[in-house]
Amino acid sequence: MTFWTDPFNFLFAWLSGVFQGWGMNEVLATVLVWFVGILLLVTFAMVLDIFLVWVERKVVARFQDRLGPNRIGPFGIFQPFADIVKLLIKEDITPIGADVILFNLAPIFSMMSVLLLWAILPFAPKMYGVDLNVAMLYLVAAGSIGTLSVIMAGWSSNNKYALMGSFRTVAQMISYEVPMVAAILVVTLMAGTMGTVGIVEAQQPFVPFWVYSPLALLIFLISAIAELGRSPFDLNEAESEIVAGFHIEYTGMKFGLFYAGELLHSFTFGGFIALLFFGGYRFFGLENLSPIVGAIIFLAKAMFFYWVIMWVKYTVPRIRIDHMLAFNWKFLTPLAFILLMVTALVNRLLLGSAWLVPGLFVSNLILIWLTIEYLKSQARKTRAQEEASVQSVAAEA
Amino acid sequence: MNASQVLFLVFAALTLGSALMVVTTKKMIHAAFWLIATLFGVAALYALLNAGFIAMVQLVVYVGAIAILFIFAVMLTRKDLRDSAKSLNANWGWAALFSALMFGGFAILLRQWDGFGMKEAGALPATDMITKLGTALVTPTQYLLPFEVASVLLLAALIGAVYVAATNK
Repeated sequence: MTFWTDPFNFLFAWLSGVFQGWGMNEVLATVLVWFVGILLLVTFAMVLDIFLVWVERKVVARFQDRLGPNRIGPFGIFQPFADIVKLLIKEDITPIGADVILFNLAPIFSMMSVLLLWAILPFAPKMYGVDLNVAMLYLVAAGSIGTLSVIMAGWSSNNKYALMGSFRTVAQMISYEVPMVAAILVVTLMAGTMGTVGIVEAQQPFVPFWVYSPLALLIFLISAIAELGRSPFDLNEAESEIVAGFHIEYTGMKFGLFYAGELLHSFTFGGFIALLFFGGYRFFGLENLSPIVGAIIFLAKAMFFYWVIMWVKYTVPRIRIDHMLAFNWKFLTPLAFILLMVTALVNRLLLGSAWLVPGLFVSNLILIWLTIEYLKSQARKTRAQEEASVQSVAAEA
Repeated sequence: MNASQVLFLVFAALTLGSALMVVTTKKMIHAAFWLIATLFGVAALYALLNAGFIAMVQLVVYVGAIAILFIFAVMLTRKDLRDSAKSLNANWGWAALFSALMFGGFAILLRQWDGFGMKEAGALPATDMITKLGTALVTPTQYLLPFEVASVLLLAALIGAVYVAATNK
């Protein structure tokens, strides 16, 4: 076992040996090494987060035909540090009538719900925090802590816009959890496990799960964007309607935690898309060189899907709240459940045969085609009704 | 005392302490948030028992749905969210007495049960547990019928909710 073949366990054994050399017993040393490991993982995520601010600002600038930050350091890469200094020296304001404890707890919970997800991200075959056998449920459970932080922030700020923003967010997050869970269940069905490492290992290099079920990928992407509260689902902070939504009263670094939490959350969900549908750290056998190579592949894929989420965000305008709810409950949720049933049926019928992957793929295509045909006929019907009502009004006048 | 016993004591103290805060805190909304801490503590106890699946379901269902429903109910039914009514009424002494008696009675009864002093069974492999749970729910000789009955009940509740909420009946 060397650093190159198994970095996490190598460091674990080395550090544990160092602590035991200082006269600690084995249990205490192991607990302490776990704490150091958690600290390092969180620090890595937070340092990455600093650079995500730069990535986000640079990418949005390109989408809007601007240059973005370009003054501090090469390509403006040290801009986030200036941002951090600015956030830190801002006055820390607590509004009158605010519930001080909950008001201060909310940004921490917001960040926590994201960092919790890093425990189950498998960076490489032997590089992960824990290999939970219920990792996908854990993903949903951590999301509910995020919802909680939004309610906390909205209620404790003593501001009606904040409260409205948090109502909107909660309605959205709870609704879109349903299709997301269904999409995750499709993946669980195909992998036969809920563990993240098991899901990655179940995907062959040339046929990751998006080939099995492109529709599940699409549903997961849409509901993930809604969970993140990014445009087109950024109703919770719709600037033109409710100023800034649930974080309206937050200043300085407390606002910074919400902002950084959102960026890191997007990146983390990029990682989940990569591991659920695009084979995680696997890349045509390149990951067998070393776990470190695997981790680089995984982070690169996560970054790509983070970019996809940004691409959607800066391209699509915000949707109306009734459209948001109707889209989820009348379209996405039924579609996700039908997909789940179809996948279960096809999976059962073709289990173990070579036709499994083509069968699933074709059934997905048929489902997409049927959905589009149904939507087309519905749209025609609605249009005919609208035109008839317009004509009758015109005839009366 | 080993590490898991220390963790058990910490989480048991968290659960009981926050449960006490739920009934003694003055603000309704704080009670709802303390309840969430209690539910977290219970989830942690499940996790300590190697029942990761139950722990996660506890978080998803209770923290993610029921607690949020509670908070919404409190937020939408109270006119002034900062109201601080008294959380105890004149009968709190009697309630405390009966609670203590109940606790004492259960403690005496449980002392006679030989499972109380039983040693912890060796840790089961976690992957087996979830597979066993899954197969037990779909095996006709085990829990298929209760599982299906519960599903039908939930479906009925769902349809009922839609019917009650629908405006144009």
